[in-house]
Amino acid sequence: MPEISRDEVAHLADLARIDLDDAELDHLAPQLSVILESVASISGVAGDDVPPTSHPMPLTNVFREDVVTPSLTAEQALSGAPASDQQRFMVPRILGDEQ
Amino acid sequence: MSDLIRKTAAQLADALAAGETTSVEITQAHLDRIGQVDGAVHAFLHVDAEGALAQAAESDARRAAGGPSSALDGVPIAVKDVLATEGLPTTCGSKILEGWVPPYDATVVRRLRDAGMPILGKTNMDEFAMGSSTEHSAYGPTHNPWDLDRIPGGSGGGSAAAVAAFEAPLALGTDTGGSIRQPGAVTGTVGVKPTYGSVSRYGLVALANSLDQVGPVTRTVMDAALLHEVIGGHDPRDSTSITQSVPDLTDAVRRGATGDLTGVRVGVVKELGGEGYQDGVQARFQEAVDLMVGAGAEVVEVSCPTFVHALATYYLILPAEASSNLAKFDAMRYGLRVLPEGVQSPSAEDVMRATRDAGFGDEVKRRIILGTYALSSGYYDAYYGQAQKVRTLISRDFDAAFEKADVLISPTAPTTAFKLGEKLDDPIAMYLNDLATIPANLSGVPGISVPGGLADEDGLPVGVQILAPTMADDRVYRVGAALETLLADQWGGPLLDRAPSLNGAS
Amino acid sequence: MTDTLVPWDDVLAAYDPALGLEVHVELNTHTKMFCGCPAVFGGEPNTQVCPTCLGLPGAMPVVNGKAVESAIRIGLALNCEIAEWCRFARKNYFYPDMPKNFQTSQYDEPICFEGWIDVEVEGETFRVEIERAHMEEDTGKSLHVGGATGRIHGADYSLVDYNRAGIPLIEIVTKPIMGAGAKAPAVARAYVSQLRHLIVALGVSEARMDQGNLRADVNLSLAPQGTGGLGTRTETKNVNSFRSVERAVRYEMQRHAAVLDAGGSIFQETRHWHEDTGVTTAGRAKSDADDYRYFPEPDLVPVAPSREWVEELRGTLPENPVERRARLQADWGYTDLEMRDVVASGVLVPIEETVAAGASPQAARKWWSSELARRANDAGVDVVDLGVSPAQVAAVQTLVDAGTVNDKLARQVFDGLIAGEGTPEEIVAARGLAVVSDDGALGAAVDAAIAANPDVADKIRDGKVAAAGALIGAVMKEMRGQADAARVRELVLEKLT
Repeated sequence: MPEISRDEVAHLADLARIDLDDAELDHLAPQLSVILESVASISGVAGDDVPPTSHPMPLTNVFREDVVTPSLTAEQALSGAPASDQQRFMVPRILGDEQ
Repeated sequence: MSDLIRKTAAQLADALAAGETTSVEITQAHLDRIGQVDGAVHAFLHVDAEGALAQAAESDARRAAGGPSSALDGVPIAVKDVLATEGLPTTCGSKILEGWVPPYDATVVRRLRDAGMPILGKTNMDEFAMGSSTEHSAYGPTHNPWDLDRIPGGSGGGSAAAVAAFEAPLALGTDTGGSIRQPGAVTGTVGVKPTYGSVSRYGLVALANSLDQVGPVTRTVMDAALLHEVIGGHDPRDSTSITQSVPDLTDAVRRGATGDLTGVRVGVVKELGGEGYQDGVQARFQEAVDLMVGAGAEVVEVSCPTFVHALATYYLILPAEASSNLAKFDAMRYGLRVLPEGVQSPSAEDVMRATRDAGFGDEVKRRIILGTYALSSGYYDAYYGQAQKVRTLISRDFDAAFEKADVLISPTAPTTAFKLGEKLDDPIAMYLNDLATIPANLSGVPGISVPGGLADEDGLPVGVQILAPTMADDRVYRVGAALETLLADQWGGPLLDRAPSLNGAS
Repeated sequence: MTDTLVPWDDVLAAYDPALGLEVHVELNTHTKMFCGCPAVFGGEPNTQVCPTCLGLPGAMPVVNGKAVESAIRIGLALNCEIAEWCRFARKNYFYPDMPKNFQTSQYDEPICFEGWIDVEVEGETFRVEIERAHMEEDTGKSLHVGGATGRIHGADYSLVDYNRAGIPLIEIVTKPIMGAGAKAPAVARAYVSQLRHLIVALGVSEARMDQGNLRADVNLSLAPQGTGGLGTRTETKNVNSFRSVERAVRYEMQRHAAVLDAGGSIFQETRHWHEDTGVTTAGRAKSDADDYRYFPEPDLVPVAPSREWVEELRGTLPENPVERRARLQADWGYTDLEMRDVVASGVLVPIEETVAAGASPQAARKWWSSELARRANDAGVDVVDLGVSPAQVAAVQTLVDAGTVNDKLARQVFDGLIAGEGTPEEIVAARGLAVVSDDGALGAAVDAAIAANPDVADKIRDGKVAAAGALIGAVMKEMRGQADAARVRELVLEKLT
């Protein structure tokens, strides 16, 4: 039976960039265990021969012509920005590297 | 209560065409109604009186000049807050998007505007459409017009309550696991989830991309068909949009409204009933089946054995897709930005973490973490991968069932509306509300919920769900309209006539 | 902190390098990978963005068919298999210049896989095997403000421009290249250089390394010699010229060897190449935070290129490089040695374009293979980035052929071109470089030279015509090289014989 530990929830929250405090971890971890236990019931239901469905409709090759369409104005693009400067999105200092 | 708000959208369209009223009158009447009752119902997160009246005036001018844009030109509508509306706030019921005003329209919203339909405002919902009660809205729950202490269903409780409380003749909803149909069932209204891909998702803030679908929320089956014809059809901005045109839905409704179901094979899904379903729900459902038999339908029992795994499959696929979709809410480009307490010169990453903690509610956090788990290396095959395979089996069950039956029917939801707060912190109990609606989303087939009457034990509405094969949306309309006619004949009028008036509610 | 480096020969004595290259090519489509915004370099910040490439809630991607076509053509040119069916996948990680906090990329179903190209280094051919080439999208660009250097570390805040976000990229990944030994740095360089030529010939990208539309990451590991194994690798980023590719490989080999010799371990990490100092520094350590949670992009449908389409695209490929080289060598009449030299200096394409612009093959080779290649090497840049175009080289040669300048003066014209002083004609005029062939001026200079060198003049009078060279040299010196040497010779001989 899958168990999800408090540490594991903390790690997942970290991956998902959610700053859970201790009280939230205490609250969510047991709930997640119950949910996981419930969803784990599907293991073994479908054999290896069953193809996965990622799209309900079997479409392929949906392409766009390489033709420019109007962009937003910079004002529109920045309209929701919590902060902006020099027509750019202003964000707190970035730690670490690009991937 | 103004007569105008009691009319169906089809009646309003006729009255406008006959010159008996104006869009401004109709729109004003609904705005007045919102003013009277929405304090108690809380169906709306944002009401755009000024914009709606301006659009109504334009509609009247168009009509005076002899050129209405569509059959519904001038008929107002409410839009679920998960659909992007240029110039109108779009919050998805979340604090993290408080105050966000999109610089663009969702395709369906653009189609409403092109059809000349004034937009009354944005309706309440569970945060990012995660829930079955609208209690997970960051802006407070919506109340069921039948009993203000009860839930209106979810996630689209706002849209369903708005039409049930006569605050809008029409509304748009979105259905990922039942978010149109289940609120329809518990508020005594009609809700349709179209075939996946037949209505554009562009501008629908995705919950689970492979399951989401926009659809009509109305009081009658004909109104749903009229609205569906406005919003449906191929959209080049949505790569998953199908190119086949929408079948003639209003014609299907007219055929169904005769009440004749001769030769229609109706499949009762064995796995969508019985244990876990409230007695009053089962009783009304059985009555509906009996009425259909009386109208000439041939009823067969069908078995869809994999449906018992639908809920688990859904709660793996949905959180996985959602965890990725919701990553974009990071305080950098739009929406909430929260600085962590007690941190000098916080980094972008610190701010992301603090904002996402403060901006997302518990249910959203639960599902993000569950989805992150299901996709993480080492678990992918066992969870997300396996769920996609079970999804294939569920579609095969549908295929087999539709060999035996033209449509499938079941109760829409296992229970009537429960009390606000009753299941709020019991996720599994909450998830069970969508037991009967989820299989359709997993396989992409269309479905409708029509009012089936009131449960004896609590006097609250029960919904009957009708499902049809992919692209056969016209069948759910035909059979839905037939059932609506048969039941209305029995009741002597629409079910909503029996709902409380709410006059003086607020 | 400076790294300890092991002398080059000692590295080779003890270790075998394994090399891997990941090259990102920014396509030159009109529009972005998943939306209709212009995919052009530059532009006012945040003016080439829309709901899709800005990652606004609700927006959806639609694949640019032209980008798929370019990906397939690149794959075919690299002798890859083209997938009959493949999907896009989301690579999930948080970074402020990535609007959705996932990159729409491809994971275990790349559109192109299992290819190869041959590269030649000092007469030896190496087959570089291609693991995959897949489609993905670029990120936005951050400007780091505050702190001392404008770099990411120590900045107070950053300003993000998303114009670049969503521009189509093709990532081309090699399999480990083993057995190159001492030639590993040169093989790395030759591979990237040849890949660039191929991309340019396909016309799918500007492929300018200095502009960032061709970006190389260098993976390197060492294994004790003769074991045939693979050591732990580092991934060096930001390697932005052919020369840097070569230097970075060499540097990492020497650095790895030092760590291993001292009994240490190489950690799998990202490293940054610093062009100015020629060193790499540690970046991000690989960790379980690199769990990208890939899954198929649910907003896009699979790409299933028909075999007919693939064959049609195969028909549009430029000539195979080996055949092409043989054809050009025959056309141009170069010796094997000359041809090898041309290929090694990376000037095949410039010469071809110079010949196309009207210069003779020999003249084109003279300028590119010796003069300009040497200058590029001295300046530490790639010859194509020197600032001299094939058309300009042809124009300079036209001036030489017309006698307006001689070869020596032509070199000064190149100085002017590199300095951006205008067209060759403008530079000749502005710098006063034209050859003097006017008999009045030349005659006076010849007379002066004869007067200053009576001994030499006597020798010529005595029939030792070969001595004329000394007088010609004196005249040229006097006239700062701008004399028409042939006419000077004629005048000297006229006056003394």
